[in-house]
Amino acid sequence: MGMLEAITLSVIAASTPLLLAAAGELVVERSGVLNLGVEGMMIMGAACGFAAAFFTGSTLIGALAGTCAGAALALVFALLTLGLAVNQVATGLALTILGVGLSGLIGAGFVGQRIAPAPHLFLPVLIDLPGVGRILFGQDAFVYGSVLLVAGIRRFLFRTRAGLALRAIGDNPASAHALGYPVLRVRLLAVLFGGACAGLGGAYLSLAYTPFFVPGMTAGRGWIALALVVFASWRPLRLVGGAYLFGAVSILQLHAQGLGLGIPSQLMSSLPYLATVLVLVLISRTRGTAGSAAPASLGTAFVPDR
Amino acid sequence: MHLVLERRAERSVQVALASPLIAIALTLATMAALFWLLGKNPLVALGVYFVDPLTDAYTLQEIAVKATPLVMIAVGLSVCYIANVWNIGAEGQFIIGAVAGSWLAVRTQGADAGAWVLPAMLALGALGGALYAMIPAICRVRFGASEILVSLMLVYVADLLMDFLVRGPWRDPHGLNFPTTAEFDPVATVPVLVEGSRLHAGAILALMVVLSGAVLLGRTLKGFEIRLVGAAPKAAAFAGFDGRRLTLFCFALSGALAGLAGIIEVAGPIGHLQPGISPGYGFTAIIVAFLGRLNPLGVLIAGLFLALTVIGGEGAQIALKVPLDLTKVFQGILLFYVLACDSLIVHRIRLVATPRKPAHGHA
Repeated sequence: MGMLEAITLSVIAASTPLLLAAAGELVVERSGVLNLGVEGMMIMGAACGFAAAFFTGSTLIGALAGTCAGAALALVFALLTLGLAVNQVATGLALTILGVGLSGLIGAGFVGQRIAPAPHLFLPVLIDLPGVGRILFGQDAFVYGSVLLVAGIRRFLFRTRAGLALRAIGDNPASAHALGYPVLRVRLLAVLFGGACAGLGGAYLSLAYTPFFVPGMTAGRGWIALALVVFASWRPLRLVGGAYLFGAVSILQLHAQGLGLGIPSQLMSSLPYLATVLVLVLISRTRGTAGSAAPASLGTAFVPDR
Repeated sequence: MHLVLERRAERSVQVALASPLIAIALTLATMAALFWLLGKNPLVALGVYFVDPLTDAYTLQEIAVKATPLVMIAVGLSVCYIANVWNIGAEGQFIIGAVAGSWLAVRTQGADAGAWVLPAMLALGALGGALYAMIPAICRVRFGASEILVSLMLVYVADLLMDFLVRGPWRDPHGLNFPTTAEFDPVATVPVLVEGSRLHAGAILALMVVLSGAVLLGRTLKGFEIRLVGAAPKAAAFAGFDGRRLTLFCFALSGALAGLAGIIEVAGPIGHLQPGISPGYGFTAIIVAFLGRLNPLGVLIAGLFLALTVIGGEGAQIALKVPLDLTKVFQGILLFYVLACDSLIVHRIRLVATPRKPAHGHA
């Protein structure tokens, strides 16, 4: 395996959790809800996914458990922000604090344990294609799943009536409500979907990426996923580009550290975070406030009047 | 029949006063259930958590020591959140404040520089925190970038910067290669209030911060501006208040307080700069701010309560062999209940009959 191929493979592996979590959050934000708890839902997905896979030996059951854990936390978020119209920013922060704590509690017994990593798909013949064979036809199911997920979300948002309704609710919940759309129910489903995706992204970390569990192993990926949604201007396809760009930054800094260029390793490690800040500034600046692609009602509670 | 949420005609004063207490009661009930799930006697466990620390002079002092940074940071965050400015990177500003102040301590190490060192360190700490907080503030007002995400990203950067300094240029040459600076000189150390205790002068500063915050918010035009911009930004702009300048002000103030808390923590109870100087004070302070209803006096009580849970959690780790993360779970649950109860100040839940859909005819 060539150096370039190895780097590409590790970039894909580093990008997939970001893409999964960000894709879910994109749908949530398109419905007008800002869930800042992605980090908490991801780490819960990592802990519960690992626990389930450890006991059953099945990556699939682990992934399902992680997905459910993310959705369960998202349900708590929905109860507060949709049911009680609580401030979404504060609730999202609470969700992250709770998720980090709960994951530590659940995962405490599993630190130091290992499981078999998620199996890779090896398509015979195609895998032997020079250059791209291993990259295109030798990934694990999460990677293919993440790409299919984004394609599905794109189709749903822009090619179906339900997707149109969801976007309308995100832009103007009062009008959508007046037209008879069930604003809170759609937002609930979107929030649950986003939680499930974040949980799956977290499960990928502990089931395939490492494969073991360490407390705090998400290391800010949930927050980077949130920034990616802004970076992508709330558009699914741009999300893929953004996620892979960030995956590349985080992998290249690792390789640069290995080369021993005399640059402090801490500076290299801070690159993904600095890149996030830079990207947020550039994207927000070029877009300005007038032409913002953000859903118009993003982050504001909606209490239907009967 | 189903439940609906509706806005109250005016804020309910009774609920406003009772809501933190209801939230704490609900949290205790949830914690009891959690202890029971973990196979511990809930009453004994809650006792270890919330009563035992109050019965011992040493732990009482420790509560005040832990509450000091929490209260200082949370007063600044309260000002931000009232103004609808979301600084969630206080943890990073805390670390940068500690680093900025420690720079002077490291530079004057062993030079017997005089009594000016500590005040200068505190000023540097506050300045460092404020400048670090200006990054997300400027990104917000100049470029429109989310201050939430930028301030949070800078937490990781601050952590790595401190890690670099204590492992590299500032490492104690006689420290057996441990990643830490040398122990600060006595002139660079926050004095203790009573000989032989750990309670230090920072606690007095925290009380002064609380009082100043209460005066700022309750008795000055700036306080009015902060509340107005938060509650009705358009009306505030119409009245001639500049929301962008207020954002800068809120970040500078909260960053300075977080930085001050950082250098006090390092020059006080810890005594040197090392990784892990903060067990998440900057994040716990967010809970303190909300539990204290974004009111400085409330923050003082909330800070003491949260400090009690931190000390209780350490006690429970030893006495009950429960993981330390239980305290974080507890804090997260508490914040949820606080937010939920706060919603009932402006809303109420009513049980209404489901309107029957007409069998025929149009809607």
